[in-house]
Amino acid sequence: MIWQILGTICYIILAPILGGLLQGIDRKLTARLQGRQGPPLLQPFYDLYKLFSKEVVVVNDVQNFLVGGFLLFVVFSGALFFFGGDLLLVFFSLTLAGIFFTMSSCSANSPYSSMGAQRELMQMMAYEPMVLLVAIGFYVATGTFNVKEIVLHNGMPAIVYLPGIFIGFLYILTIKFRKSPFDLSTSHHAHQEMVQGLTTELSGSVLGLVELSHWYENIFLLGVVGLFLYKASWWSAIAAIVVCAISYFLEIIIDNVFPRVKWQSMLKSAWMVTLVAGVVNLMIIAVI
Amino acid sequence: MTLEMVIFLICFPFLAALLLFFMRKSGPVRKYTLFGLCAIIVAAVICYAVTELVSGETHSYFVHTELVDKLMLAGEWLLMGLIFYFAFRHRKYYVALLSVAQTGLMTWLELTGRTELGGFHVASDKLTIIMCLIIGIVGCLICVYAMGYMKDYHSHHTEFKKRRSYFFALLFVFLGAMFGLVFSSNLVWLYFFWEITSVCSFLLIGYNQTEEAIRNSFRALWMNLLGGLGFAAAIAYCAIRLETLELQTVIQLGTMVPVAIIPITLLAFAGLTKSAQMPFSSWLLGAMVAPTPTSALLHSATMVKAGVYLLLRLAPALCANLAGTMVTTIGGFTFFMTSMLAIAQSDAKKVLAYSTISNLGLITACAGIGMHEAVWAGILLMIFHAVSKSLMFLSVGAVENVTGSRNIEDMHGLIVKLPRLAFVMIVGIAGMFLAPFGMLISKWAALKAFVDSNSILLVVFLIFGSATTLFYWTKWLGSLVAVHHNSERLEDITKGSEWLSLICQAVLMCLLCLTFPVVSSYLIEPFLGDMFHQTLPAIISSGNIHIMALMLCAIVILPVAMRLLTIHRKNKIVTSYMGGANTGDDRTFMDSYGKTKPMYLANWYLEDWFGEKKLLKPSLILSTAGLIVLMILAIGGAV
Repeated sequence: MIWQILGTICYIILAPILGGLLQGIDRKLTARLQGRQGPPLLQPFYDLYKLFSKEVVVVNDVQNFLVGGFLLFVVFSGALFFFGGDLLLVFFSLTLAGIFFTMSSCSANSPYSSMGAQRELMQMMAYEPMVLLVAIGFYVATGTFNVKEIVLHNGMPAIVYLPGIFIGFLYILTIKFRKSPFDLSTSHHAHQEMVQGLTTELSGSVLGLVELSHWYENIFLLGVVGLFLYKASWWSAIAAIVVCAISYFLEIIIDNVFPRVKWQSMLKSAWMVTLVAGVVNLMIIAVI
Repeated sequence: MTLEMVIFLICFPFLAALLLFFMRKSGPVRKYTLFGLCAIIVAAVICYAVTELVSGETHSYFVHTELVDKLMLAGEWLLMGLIFYFAFRHRKYYVALLSVAQTGLMTWLELTGRTELGGFHVASDKLTIIMCLIIGIVGCLICVYAMGYMKDYHSHHTEFKKRRSYFFALLFVFLGAMFGLVFSSNLVWLYFFWEITSVCSFLLIGYNQTEEAIRNSFRALWMNLLGGLGFAAAIAYCAIRLETLELQTVIQLGTMVPVAIIPITLLAFAGLTKSAQMPFSSWLLGAMVAPTPTSALLHSATMVKAGVYLLLRLAPALCANLAGTMVTTIGGFTFFMTSMLAIAQSDAKKVLAYSTISNLGLITACAGIGMHEAVWAGILLMIFHAVSKSLMFLSVGAVENVTGSRNIEDMHGLIVKLPRLAFVMIVGIAGMFLAPFGMLISKWAALKAFVDSNSILLVVFLIFGSATTLFYWTKWLGSLVAVHHNSERLEDITKGSEWLSLICQAVLMCLLCLTFPVVSSYLIEPFLGDMFHQTLPAIISSGNIHIMALMLCAIVILPVAMRLLTIHRKNKIVTSYMGGANTGDDRTFMDSYGKTKPMYLANWYLEDWFGEKKLLKPSLILSTAGLIVLMILAIGGAV
């Protein structure tokens, strides 16, 4: 129990720091891949600091509340995950967070953020089946939805049973990280046809909250990647961290290599990958 | 004591209907009579539930009932006469044919004495209590709402003939039939009430007497009569071969004797038609031509619930056999396909109709799995669905009465125009699919049950169906919360009685979310214990319940916290960004000719991908083929 609470506290305190650093590394690497010098490693923190010191310019007050809901439930899902709670509940709470975020941009009643909201919904529809399948995969492999029991379960790391589901999860991770080719609803780069999509109408500290939520979310998602390997031993912890690092590096490469696609291709390919990699994997382990 | 209450619950609504039918004059007398009758039914239902819970036993009554049986036979002939009258008047002879076939079969069985097999005719257990509470409370709230609604309805639609007393009477007949249906434990009795609900829904759907209404009402009738025919065939088989007509005995035989699968399959088929599963989904979609209270009643408290009720009862006999496979496959397929079809709809009532069919599909799939955790999920889904769907229909009806439109696009910015109704609607939508609220708990359990029973196909249907469900509900939510600048608040003409009904249901919804562990441990778990003849492990751990309670608290605290955080900070409010082409507010923009153009933000409906034109026909063909093949396999495998 004490370890579980410690995990939760560590997540709440350390996730923004790690998330910010991760983004710093991301921006540095991306710049190098493009032959630029890139900003300093701590740039995301400077940005966030500046955002919080600015005046809030919004379209209406409802937005603040909904963005608050987004941050709250992202942190809640992450905290529940690192506490060792029920994986399905964790994902349901993450979905709730996403709905709050989408509603905030709908409430702005602005052409760009509305378009972003519809695209965000499309993204959610594309990745949701795979996310649920991850939870189911863990359940079939270890007999429990409980993160703590998954970690303590005797046997090989889950990735041995779930290679297909792991690949499928990596695929939709590109959507969740808002990386090209699937950064349809908003991204860190300005897009000419949709400005900043979802976040167009947000500024100042409210935008800062969104940024913070993304850091929390990214660390939590990498935690799920780590769960495929982590088995409560030091070597598996190292393996988990290495795999997380490789996955994130892969996402950066993909981000830089592939151009953005239409939503049709995203939906089709994400569902195809879910069916082919995820469901086939599930069928095989369910039979064995 | 209980027996008297059961008789009262079945008979009183019929008497109430008779009274209301003869109160032709509208006015406060009729209004308060109706409210009084509803109050009596609600009080009786609660009284019955409490006494049953306190005594905590399962009761069975009536062994010898020749007189009542004869009366029921006469009733069946009356129904057939009614169907004949309408069939010949509108030249739909096939309906008469279907009716003759089943009534003839039943008459033959009864007159030759084949149905006199003894056994109990009335039973009451925990599932009956749950159903009674749903029918009594939700059904009566809908009747209360109908009083105010129908007045506005007729002032909006002057072209329809006013037949309000007939309408109210039918609502009560429906409630009475539903009570009878859930109390009957004899198949012949069950069949009688089953037929009343079919005919009643036919009359209610055809209320407007427009060409479309008549066409749709006949579609509902023939589909439900087809189910009734299956029911009658099941009765004939049970009476002649199994020599029992008691539902519980038939189910018990179904788990032991292979031939008993035949009547089980036929009964399940009847359940599928009544709960509007594909390929019979079109009757429920057509039902939306009727006034809103009819839709609310058909979708939430009655009719379709009769179908899933029967399927849930049959659950133990559906476990791990071909009949079960038929039910789960059709249910899962319906869940997935109709949730996709709902994406392309912009008519709020149609979205609700598709979502009903979709949710019923999930309940059906749960029943077909036949394991205790699946049945648990199914019952919980049924409860939550009844309340939230009725709430949704009634709030859509109220919005339609004010704005004259039930298109979701026209609900854009409702939070400013009609804040109270929008809020009620948000509660309803949240209840339908959002995280700590009801449906999701059941979905969680359903998913677990599907995985445990190793049905990969169902898992696939469920995960993809959940994703599409998320899409169409969130789209709607987004429309509601859009804050449109310079919107006027509309005058809310929703009547007091309508508000009473809406608020009661919204409160009920929230209460259910908070107290579902209590409902589960006092009603559902004891029922499952009886059903599966063993004590069962807890389905949802207390840790998870605490976490869900925590989430619920977080949602409640969130607005307060955000208000406190931003109390000292003044936000600068600007108009939304339009690339510099704003013309003062977020309603218009400057086009490239320098002229002002109104801006219109639409949701995505993706007709080319999820439209009825693309998906409906293939899914109907697939499900029909699937149903026929699986039924033949299930029956053929048992012979």
